[in-house]
Amino acid sequence: MGHQTVGGALIRARGLVKRFGDFTAVDGIDVDVAPGESFGFLGPNGAGKSSTMRMIGAVSPPTAGELRILGLDPAVDGPAIRARLGVVPQTDNLDLELTVEENLLVYGRYFGLPRTTIRERATELLEFVQLSDRAGAKVEPLSGGMKRRLTIARALINDPDVVLLDEPTTGLDPQARHVLWDRLYRLKQRGVTLVLTTHYMDEAEQLCDRLVVMDKGRIAAKGSPVDLIRAWSTREVCELRFPLVEGQPGPERYVTELKPVLDRGAAERIEVLPDRLLLYTADGDAALAAVTAAGVHPLSSLVRRSSLEDVFLRLTGRTLVD
Amino acid sequence: MSAPALAPGALSFFAHRMAAYRHFWRSSLISSVAVPALYLAAMGITLGILVDRGHGLPAGVTYLVFLAPALLVAAAMQTAVGESSYPVMGGIKWDRSYEAVLTTPLGVPDILAGHLLFVSFRVTTSAAAFLVVLVAFGAASSPLVLLTLPAALLTGLAFATPITALAATLENDQPFAAIQRFLLIPMFLFSGTFFPITQLPVFFQWIARLTPLWHGVALSRGLTLGTIGLGESLLHVGYLLLWAVVGTLLALRTFRRRLVT
Repeated sequence: MGHQTVGGALIRARGLVKRFGDFTAVDGIDVDVAPGESFGFLGPNGAGKSSTMRMIGAVSPPTAGELRILGLDPAVDGPAIRARLGVVPQTDNLDLELTVEENLLVYGRYFGLPRTTIRERATELLEFVQLSDRAGAKVEPLSGGMKRRLTIARALINDPDVVLLDEPTTGLDPQARHVLWDRLYRLKQRGVTLVLTTHYMDEAEQLCDRLVVMDKGRIAAKGSPVDLIRAWSTREVCELRFPLVEGQPGPERYVTELKPVLDRGAAERIEVLPDRLLLYTADGDAALAAVTAAGVHPLSSLVRRSSLEDVFLRLTGRTLVD
Repeated sequence: MSAPALAPGALSFFAHRMAAYRHFWRSSLISSVAVPALYLAAMGITLGILVDRGHGLPAGVTYLVFLAPALLVAAAMQTAVGESSYPVMGGIKWDRSYEAVLTTPLGVPDILAGHLLFVSFRVTTSAAAFLVVLVAFGAASSPLVLLTLPAALLTGLAFATPITALAATLENDQPFAAIQRFLLIPMFLFSGTFFPITQLPVFFQWIARLTPLWHGVALSRGLTLGTIGLGESLLHVGYLLLWAVVGTLLALRTFRRRLVT
């Protein structure tokens, strides 16, 4: 694909900062994205993910720091960079006055592509996102998942080296999400570099080779999903739910009673959420047995594998979607 | 930012707007013909019969011939404002299509140039439709009536550019209705379209002379009837160009502020 890269990185940021007035959206982050990898920014709303994506997309000038995309400086070579990117924004911005196919044809012209090339690609891409039968239909009545797929097709019209996806499946139903993940996985297999933001840990686990966890404009941790879980969480988690009584303290009142579980090494630590306790442990069933042995009887319990959500909780003390 | 360097981007944005326009050009054409026909029939002919009994107009000019080239320019003003208000605000705020365009190699000047190109297309084609109606009504006194087209385009741009600049700053569309009620309609009624502004009290004559519409109307009518010389024509052209240039610079500024953050 002829990348002009410096030191092998397609995207390289050092001390990248974005401020809006007094508000610092991105507070000095370092990022390297290698060709062909699938890279994610995981974090809650307001973590600075979209601001970062807009800077990488060469549409929002950085306030400070160094940024190179495809080896180029966005402040100087914005149009040349954008010519080689595909962008799927957080909110669909399709042209509702045009048909499905026209959205692709019109967009292709912005990249100065020959008409025949645009037509061929539009046909292929509609096939790829399973919208061929809707080619002549208006965009407005399409479902959320279809609009999202059309936005992805549009982002691919210039055969980009890097595709930027800002929360690609937010607001979609589970089935539509899986269709979308499948298409993105196919792109990845073709060697397209994907950079995405998400606040869904399952999406990050499905799609990302490597990711950074962002919180309040900073990077809290980076690595592969497996590495992050290994570094910041335990193998398993035992979740305990207790009855909530109005006006009484929540699950935190059981923490002292559970001290023996920690003392015996059946769990490494306890995380308190408003509605439940999380016991971080190598062996969830053993931890649950220790809970019962300590004389604590939760309303319900669940033993599961650790996820990125646990990593995030460990790093920030908050859940991802709240 | 030289004009040739802008051209491909601006043209692709123009092509985008045209692709959308293709879906409703028929209804647009019908109103481009029907509205002038209604005005010329009601005002030009019916009212004109009464006016022609008086002695207010230059010798040998009927009210219909007096009115038509001015009405054509006033219609151009409405078309230009219509294409520069809701569509610009919508592109920025509602369907965010401007944001989508800015993720391509295009920049803000390309969008603005492409937009103004499309406004020019709409103003010129609507004015041409008006011209056909005008000729059909027998309101053309000479081939000079063709000069109403450049006058309409210039007037259109004098309005389109500041309205575009304003549209890029708005959070809701209420100001457009206010502009229509408190600026455009009074201008339409009192800036020389229907009667010479010398009928107004002196103070209001000076206000009328400040409006771009009066200059557009005076230019269009003067050229068509052969009643103005080169100097006066250039004065009107210059004033309209001033609005168009300042409006373009303002629009460039408000577009950048709104779209490059």
